[in-house]
Amino acid sequence: MFYREAGQFKTSYQDDQAIFPILQDKVAVLALVAFAYVIPFFANEYWLQAILIQFLVFALAAIGLNLLMGYAGQVSLGTGAFMAVGGYACYKLTTNIEGMNVIVAILLSGGITAAVGILFGLPSLRIKGFYLAVATLAAQFFILWLFNKVGWFVNDNPSGTVTAPPREVFGVLVSGAQATPEARYWTCLTFLVIFAWIATNLVRGRIGRSWMAIRDMDIAAEIIGIRPLRTKLTAFAISSFYCGVAGALMVFCWLGSVETEAFDLFNVSFPVLFMIIIGGLGSIGGSILGAAFIVLMPIFLVNFPPMIGIDIATDFQKHIEEIIFGALIIFFLIVEPEGFARLWQILREKLRTWPFPY
Amino acid sequence: MPEGHTAQHRQVGDVIMKVEDVSLSFGGVRALDNVSFDVREHEILAIIGPNGAGKSSMLNCINGFYHPQEGSIYYKGNRRDTAKTFEAAEEGIARTFQNIALFKGMSTLDNIMTGRNLKMKKHLFWQALYFGPALKEEMEHRAKAEEVIDFLEIEAIRKTPVGRLPYGLQKRVELGRALAAEPDLLLLDEPMAGMNYEEKEDMVRYILDVNDEFGTTIILIEHDMSVVMDISDRVIVLDYGKKLAEGTPDEVKGNQDVIDAYLGVSHD
Repeated sequence: MFYREAGQFKTSYQDDQAIFPILQDKVAVLALVAFAYVIPFFANEYWLQAILIQFLVFALAAIGLNLLMGYAGQVSLGTGAFMAVGGYACYKLTTNIEGMNVIVAILLSGGITAAVGILFGLPSLRIKGFYLAVATLAAQFFILWLFNKVGWFVNDNPSGTVTAPPREVFGVLVSGAQATPEARYWTCLTFLVIFAWIATNLVRGRIGRSWMAIRDMDIAAEIIGIRPLRTKLTAFAISSFYCGVAGALMVFCWLGSVETEAFDLFNVSFPVLFMIIIGGLGSIGGSILGAAFIVLMPIFLVNFPPMIGIDIATDFQKHIEEIIFGALIIFFLIVEPEGFARLWQILREKLRTWPFPY
Repeated sequence: MPEGHTAQHRQVGDVIMKVEDVSLSFGGVRALDNVSFDVREHEILAIIGPNGAGKSSMLNCINGFYHPQEGSIYYKGNRRDTAKTFEAAEEGIARTFQNIALFKGMSTLDNIMTGRNLKMKKHLFWQALYFGPALKEEMEHRAKAEEVIDFLEIEAIRKTPVGRLPYGLQKRVELGRALAAEPDLLLLDEPMAGMNYEEKEDMVRYILDVNDEFGTTIILIEHDMSVVMDISDRVIVLDYGKKLAEGTPDEVKGNQDVIDAYLGVSHD
């Protein structure tokens, strides 16, 4: 009843190819973004610091992995490593170059990660699927080992950690321990909004189509003139750029101080993979929903049972969390392999004709 | 099939592709054995032969999916039997497949737009912004894609994911994707396999229209003899990788070797 597109005529191809061709969608998403910007005015520090910033960082990484896996069809387990490259590169850039703007440093570290991504994407021309996943797993272990082993990456800090130095943007501290959670939240949110928009533009244009063509049928793609190596490496580069930016934000705006352990397989690579599986492969919005789900689920499991008067020991809680996680992932793979994005699509189709069945 | 069609109003031109003594083996199997023929501009050339005769292998050699061990293929004066697959597309060769090879997760429109990918050149930076030159380019190519959609009468399924379409329409979308690249040479591998009479009629009409309106040279593999004899200018007959005969449909029809090997008419 409220979700009708009747009367919304498209008179140009540009209107037809808009991100949100339906007015209601556009209004809803803009309202949601506006709401996200005002959240810090009423959310407390715990929520901002521990939950929302974490969600923003992971959402960005999930978009990055989804570009590679959901759109270009190249399986990767190296997300954590690529985020580490971004985080460490940003640390090196800001600490070694005097007066470097932190935003520029974050973008540059994305660029450095893209170069590393291309390097580890090279095997993708020859190997596919599980074997490629194993090859990217090599990146995961090698890069983290390298950062642990070579002191240069942490400026020879004996504790082996990188700590985000305080840096300002337009006179406001956005990184380091002294920066307010609000400033860090807004920085991450702005990055997410801009890069989600860019990702949407990429996937609805030429590059996105060539990625999907390679994913759906590589031989046919090649026969209509899509160069497989170049297309796959572009996917690795752009995906790694996203992961690198997310990694830099993770160090500078979320954790402040990290060791390589923060980027390991079970802390980053697998959760981000689950995010895009649950959110929906091949959907930008789905990546964000999936990130929200994976980040909020543990919080919900911690807070919900006491709310209804059940007391659970903390260690037991942790186990339950893992059980529920595993069960949900299996549930999604069986019932809705296309994730939240598909559920949302079905809901929309129903909503269009509601209250009539068709 | 559309009755009374003659291919007389098209002007068959010079040779654009020369296939010389091409041989291709897979282990001990000789898929192609010293095959030679010419393809002339604007013509419809049919390749026929029993199953396993090497027809598809021939097309695969032409667009670089296989590289023949012996012999050479010249296209527009350049040797191309060692070229890569994607280079065929750059040189203006498009094809469809015996088993549909569409991009299943994409809509009809996106599939056809992918056919135009090669012609889109704008830089990544502009594409990321979806603004300025990239937006203009995208809209120009959308207009071209719409022309193809209009030509093939598939407006209604523009936004439908191709995986959900019935077989006949998928074949049509695949032709659309090939046409979107505006090829000079179109390779059609059994475009009418598994279709009913009406669908075949439609497809024949599209093939003739493509040839007529755009002057596209077409190499066609087809098993339906009435179609082949009706629409092709020349026919090449393959059997066990060897070329049995070549000529106009009438010449081929009367060739005793062909009748023995393929058409299956008993002669006593």
